Amino acid sequence: MKALVHITLKPGVLDPQGKAIENALSHFGFEGVRDVRQGKYIELDLPDGDHADAEAAVKEMCERLLANTVIENYRVEIVDQT
Amino acid sequence: MKAAVIVFPGSNCDRDLKVALSQSMGSEPAMVWHGDTALPDVDLIAVPGGFSYGDYLRSGSMAAHSPIMKEVSRFASRGVAVLGICNGFQVLTETGLLPGVLMRNRNLRFVCRDVFLRVEVDDTVFSSAYTAGQTIRVPVAHHDGNYFIDPDGHAQLEDEQRVAFRYCDETGAITDAANPNGSLSNIAGILDPTRRILGMMPHPERLSDPALGGNDGRALFDSLISALS
Repeated sequence: MKALVHITLKPGVLDPQGKAIENALSHFGFEGVRDVRQGKYIELDLPDGDHADAEAAVKEMCERLLANTVIENYRVEIVDQT
Repeated sequence: MKAAVIVFPGSNCDRDLKVALSQSMGSEPAMVWHGDTALPDVDLIAVPGGFSYGDYLRSGSMAAHSPIMKEVSRFASRGVAVLGICNGFQVLTETGLLPGVLMRNRNLRFVCRDVFLRVEVDDTVFSSAYTAGQTIRVPVAHHDGNYFIDPDGHAQLEDEQRVAFRYCDETGAITDAANPNGSLSNIAGILDPTRRILGMMPHPERLSDPALGGNDGRALFDSLISALS
């Protein structure tokens, strides 16, 4: 199974990269984009097992290494591989 | 004074720091590899600039978990002075020895030039050879130097006078135009609550000898020698 980890900046934290993407989209002529927030996506390959246990373990990984919780939120999703 | 400089894979200011420290100390600091698990008996630990672990994941995040950092934290808890410069500052925030975080520069560019700093406090082991309010010229060279902390944390830093340096213009005025990276309140360096740990983005070691084009950085190393010898 896999753990899909999405790391995003907390609301209110300035995201200059997101802002640059937003400006670039506007220059490309894409309209209607009100805001862009850029984040990270990390995929972990895990041995098959209990989803709740895996989620708890990956959350611990986020707290200790994958995210900086001063400025970042994280979301963990456990999925079976197809 | 006895000092150690920590060397990570990707550090590139470790030897500059060694030269600057040697010049003030009159002896050489120990160079300690990140994979080591023990530090010699020292009064100062210096964490240098560079791109430890290629800045993978987040600047300083990998280095913060390297074996030697446990020992650095242990020494710091005993009151041993710790100085983190540039990437070293990022490493100290990632280890939790200093609060806040260094984010990508506001203009998204790597900024490499001399800046002016206002010395905010002169009652620390790092700054006694300066005078509070003094303006000094020191180089910066970083991509992630945009200091951020939540409002409560910021209030605490200000209340406890733990902002060590702020970006200013040549006259000492704290202006947005003089802020090279978007740091909150022009913060260039901060102290921990014990005032024995300093993290700063600018590089005092790069202007610590007139032959380098200036020596405004030297007083920081001289302060350490007079406080810790």
